[in-house]
Amino acid sequence: MSQLFSSRNLKLLTNPLNLENPITVQVLGICSALAVTVKMKPAFVMALSVIVVTAFSNLIISALRKSIPARIRIIVQLVVVAALVIMVDQLLKAFVYDVSKQLSVFVGLIITNCILMGRLEAFAMANKPWDSFVDGIGNGMGYGAILIVVSFLRELLGSGTVWDYPVMEKLGAFSAGYVNNGAMIMPPMAMILIGVIIWIQRSRNKNLIESK
Amino acid sequence: MNKSNTYIFIYSTVLVVVVAALLALAATVLKPFQQKNLETAKKLEILHAVDKGWDAGSADNKNLYVDAQYNQYITRAFVFDPAGDTLPGRLAFEIDVSLEMKKDSTDRVYPVFLCTRDDGALNYIFPVQGKGLWGPIWGYVALGEDLNTITGAFFDHQGETPGLGAEINTRWFQKQFVNKKLFDEAGSFISVKVLKNNEPKLPDHSVDAISGGTITSKGVESTIAVSMKNYLPFIKKNKQ
Repeated sequence: MSQLFSSRNLKLLTNPLNLENPITVQVLGICSALAVTVKMKPAFVMALSVIVVTAFSNLIISALRKSIPARIRIIVQLVVVAALVIMVDQLLKAFVYDVSKQLSVFVGLIITNCILMGRLEAFAMANKPWDSFVDGIGNGMGYGAILIVVSFLRELLGSGTVWDYPVMEKLGAFSAGYVNNGAMIMPPMAMILIGVIIWIQRSRNKNLIESK
Repeated sequence: MNKSNTYIFIYSTVLVVVVAALLALAATVLKPFQQKNLETAKKLEILHAVDKGWDAGSADNKNLYVDAQYNQYITRAFVFDPAGDTLPGRLAFEIDVSLEMKKDSTDRVYPVFLCTRDDGALNYIFPVQGKGLWGPIWGYVALGEDLNTITGAFFDHQGETPGLGAEINTRWFQKQFVNKKLFDEAGSFISVKVLKNNEPKLPDHSVDAISGGTITSKGVESTIAVSMKNYLPFIKKNKQ
């Protein structure tokens, strides 16, 4: 057990949350982060789906890494990722239909999420299965954390709700003249919010700032 | 690592066969659940047209709840042809309106759902189908016993702009249609116009458009007009 959660493995899990965050530091997976963050619920399911897919694709590819022929490794990675994504999509359609309707094509587009291929190439092809599995969960969570933060702000300011609970209405903000910010619902505001998050993160961690 | 070509061929073949088998298995096992969800979603849309089923999301078992509500309110359903004659022996629920609309107008069949309201009033629920700015919009329009007064409407869309055109699936927009009329006093077909603020209102035949969602609003207007026009022979035959 102590080996399973060595300090190296814990780092694999926690680094992507901050210093190696796939979205804010590596700037991967931006497209879906802009598209599915209008409300918290779909963003949460999307985050969960990405965690499952990154973790298991890392695990499978790492377990197969010694047998995968180098010349077709990208195709093998794609087949594994695509199979997992279709599986997740089918499960969502069967058990959380409403959410799957909101996420629509974006679950399928996890296949093209750069975080996945990035982790498979950079980590799973060169590390043991368990380490890769942990790395996959870590990176999925790093992606998910940004999604949750962005969707919280967009839902609160754009629709006046948090997890579909009408916060602003209960606070009496509407009767006091408060109006929802319609721009928050549009994708460009997600872009700006992610930009602000990157700005805050970099001003707190000076070593993330590239030297000129 | 460099492997021989034979190895690569065998490796990729085995991989693809294994993955295909797994996916086929998953699709087969999950299909009944997915179809039940689609059925529930369609029943909910029909119920929404008569302002029912809005609390389905909080029900313990959504599928059971929607089935019960549907069976309680939708008392009859039947299929009719473009001439307005009912076709016995066909299941209205099974008709896919978007497929029917692609056929020649003479080959189509249309479903209609009859709802008995809490006060005993009979409503006819007709599907409507059209297009907005980015993709299809569809819905159901409920008419009262006179087959003229709208008693409720529900619209949904595939990808209209959030906050603008997408507002057509909100209740404030849909509630505007209640008590509007399809025909004028002389009995000619007017439908319901979706008008901007600067256009003169028609008290019985217009609702407010969505600001910033002009094309979607016009899409709703033509969706209702075009679909309802198809049902005119049926309406004329059954009008009391």
